[in-house]
Amino acid sequence: MNDSPTVLVHAKGLRKDYGSGDGLVRALDMVDLDVNRGEAVAVMGPSGCGKSTLLHLIGGLDRPSAGQLSVAGQRIDELSERALAYLRRDEIGFVFQTFHLMDELTAQENVELPALVAGFSPNEARTRATALLEQVGLADRARHLPSMLSGGQRQRVAIARALVNDPGIVLADEPTGNLDSASAFDVLSLLADLHAKGLTLVIVTHDERIATTADRLISMRDGAFVDETRLTGGSRGDLSTFAEWEHLG
Amino acid sequence: MSQPRRARRAGRVRGRALLLFRLARQDIRHHLAQAVLLVVAIAAATAVLSLAFALNGVISNPYQQTMAATKGPDVVAQSGDDPYTGLTSPADLAALEALNHAKGVAAHSGPYPIVGDTGPVGPVMRSTDLVTTVQVEGREPGVAAVDQPKVTDGTWIRPGGVVVERSFAEVANLRLGQTITLNGHPVRVVGFAVTSAFGGFPGTSLIWATEAAARGLAAKADPLSYISNLKLSDASPRAVSAFVNAYGLKYSAPADATTPFLTSWTELAYGDAAFLRTDQAFLFTGTVLLGLLALASVAVLVGGRLAEATRRVGLLKATGGTPGLVAATFLAENLFLALVAALVGLLAGWRAAPFISKPEADLIGTPGAPLLTLVTVAVAVGLALAVALASTLVPAIRAARMSTVSALADAPRLPKRRDWLIGLSRKLPLPALLGLRLVARRPRRAIFSAASIAVAVMGLVAALAIHAAVDNKFAHLGRSGGLVNPEVPRAEQVLTAITISLVALAALTVIFAALATVLDARRASAVTLAVGATPQQVRAGLIMAQVIPALPGAILGLPLGIGLFKVAGHGLNGLPPAGWLVAAVLGTVVVVAALTSVPARIGLRRPVAEMLQTEAT
Repeated sequence: MNDSPTVLVHAKGLRKDYGSGDGLVRALDMVDLDVNRGEAVAVMGPSGCGKSTLLHLIGGLDRPSAGQLSVAGQRIDELSERALAYLRRDEIGFVFQTFHLMDELTAQENVELPALVAGFSPNEARTRATALLEQVGLADRARHLPSMLSGGQRQRVAIARALVNDPGIVLADEPTGNLDSASAFDVLSLLADLHAKGLTLVIVTHDERIATTADRLISMRDGAFVDETRLTGGSRGDLSTFAEWEHLG
Repeated sequence: MSQPRRARRAGRVRGRALLLFRLARQDIRHHLAQAVLLVVAIAAATAVLSLAFALNGVISNPYQQTMAATKGPDVVAQSGDDPYTGLTSPADLAALEALNHAKGVAAHSGPYPIVGDTGPVGPVMRSTDLVTTVQVEGREPGVAAVDQPKVTDGTWIRPGGVVVERSFAEVANLRLGQTITLNGHPVRVVGFAVTSAFGGFPGTSLIWATEAAARGLAAKADPLSYISNLKLSDASPRAVSAFVNAYGLKYSAPADATTPFLTSWTELAYGDAAFLRTDQAFLFTGTVLLGLLALASVAVLVGGRLAEATRRVGLLKATGGTPGLVAATFLAENLFLALVAALVGLLAGWRAAPFISKPEADLIGTPGAPLLTLVTVAVAVGLALAVALASTLVPAIRAARMSTVSALADAPRLPKRRDWLIGLSRKLPLPALLGLRLVARRPRRAIFSAASIAVAVMGLVAALAIHAAVDNKFAHLGRSGGLVNPEVPRAEQVLTAITISLVALAALTVIFAALATVLDARRASAVTLAVGATPQQVRAGLIMAQVIPALPGAILGLPLGIGLFKVAGHGLNGLPPAGWLVAAVLGTVVVVAALTSVPARIGLRRPVAEMLQTEAT
């Protein structure tokens, strides 16, 4: 196991199977991965290649069938359900393709939910939510329900929610998959800003343009890593490329 | 031209009917357990209703059989007496003897001396383990023309040997051959018998002895009076009533009147069936409560199934189904199940009727199977259809109005938002926060849950109150000397059966509501888990979502139950101890939490990732 303080995520021989016997599906097969603090890693591949499964395992939303996986120094494959919940609460923020906001809660209430779950006082949770909505440019939409927000605005609310407990890492699963180009650009800009401030990011996508905004690009196929590229220039530089592509397109 | 059009229309109607039938059959097959639960919920109400109706036909049967077997009198005449001393004068006795030969009397027996029938006391009977006051009627050893008690065990009276009325003998635990004392005189119990001329225990604690023995028991404080049994040439209720009016003592009569006091067979039969009428009143009340519970239960069940059937609604609409057809599929299936439930309930009530209409020990014979009248069938079917219609209408209309696109996408119904509840929930511990927000999402379901709990607790409290009051009123009647009224255990058995049905049906509603909540909250639960809540916290939140409406429901059930007791308690007084009421509320909340924990646990069994992917929209 890599105990280096700079390594936030460490996976060794990670395997995930679904079903059994003839119906066995191997979603992940012997995956090794290290993600350093402050790094932005993009995982790319076609639908069904196992990239979302990898993200779910890193986030403690599911358990590996075999192999070792540690996040922030804790062995996820050995933690109890309760300990996994505490790890998600303290160290991990999620951003989903379909946002997964609570329909009956306002933007502000959605953002403060993880803080309330973590045991912050209602006032502290509200202060954090207000500051984050300000940061993602939605201060004036704080009292809006998700149904009154555009897709891009919903995803920005989801990002604010992911950040409210100051997590060590944010895991984004196709964060722009349901957005138009302009909204996608906004969301990526936001993620890039957060990364520039030191946030560790793992982004799963099947869009090459988004993948190139990361520090490192990992390609997956049939549950395994097939290629790994260290990109240069950082996310900011590549975002402008993304914008150029959009403009040309 | 109009002929083909009519034929086309008829074809369309047949086609729709076939489609409705196929859809209903398919849905019932796929959700067999839910269909069975729906049938059980409605059948419970119709069974109790048909049971109550079935008693109508059997109330008088055992009395008439006993009357036939004992040459029972059409009128029992009791001599007049001095209202202050209780003494029967020669003039009173003469008036009674004259009545034996009145117009319309076909046969008679008596006058027989009776002691202990008037005044506050009677001869004291002592047995091995009992001291109590009794009534002793003096009879001839031979066979009487009218009212010859039917000996069910042993022999008829003889000098030194007495016969004890069977219902009294049972509660007094007397045995054949046993020696008892009457005012200190030892006598042997030689037989047990029944009669239609007297009501059984606890109204009467009757012993037959020789006339000489009866006269010997009379004392100044316990004077003799006399009884004549009359058989009329016309025993119809109308003729008997006319006879009683013509010859009986009237309330307006002067104090020194010698006119006998007359009791008709219809009054005696009415008195003998009192316990059945009490049972019947309890059953009708139980029917109303069970009907209300079935309504809540089925509404929650059907509402929950609508969430599952969203995609099917979309497919139906996309293939040309009109909103009317969509609503009709929902209604047809549930109305069909209601019909099945009505038949099951009728059958159950019909089969159960002989058990609760079994006569007391003071009568012989069996009540026989009750007739299923057209009225009973119509009312039971009407109740079942009304429950199904009332509980299905709102979900059916909702399904009909659903957008085809969102239904096809199987989009979850948007939850409701209650600002103040969400604001309040922020200040609560996490399980209460989650629970309150789940309640706020689906207020209609919460109202049904609260209502069903209120009805169950109402029934429970009424049963407890009646239990306490019945014990007070009947268990220690003056003449019974501390003996238990046999009607009490019967009434309590009926009450217990109704209460168990109410509690079982309320439990069913809680389980339906819990299942619907767990299904509806899958996405919210998954997101809450993803942002760091533990499975225990989310499970506790789901349990709180049921406990929050259950608590006010249970508290509301207390005054409602006491109110029901006042209305349906037949003038009974007293309340159960406060500790019982507190235990009823707390027990209800604990049971609701326990019942909800199972669906909550099942609902959170899958990994969070899988739940999130399933619920992604």
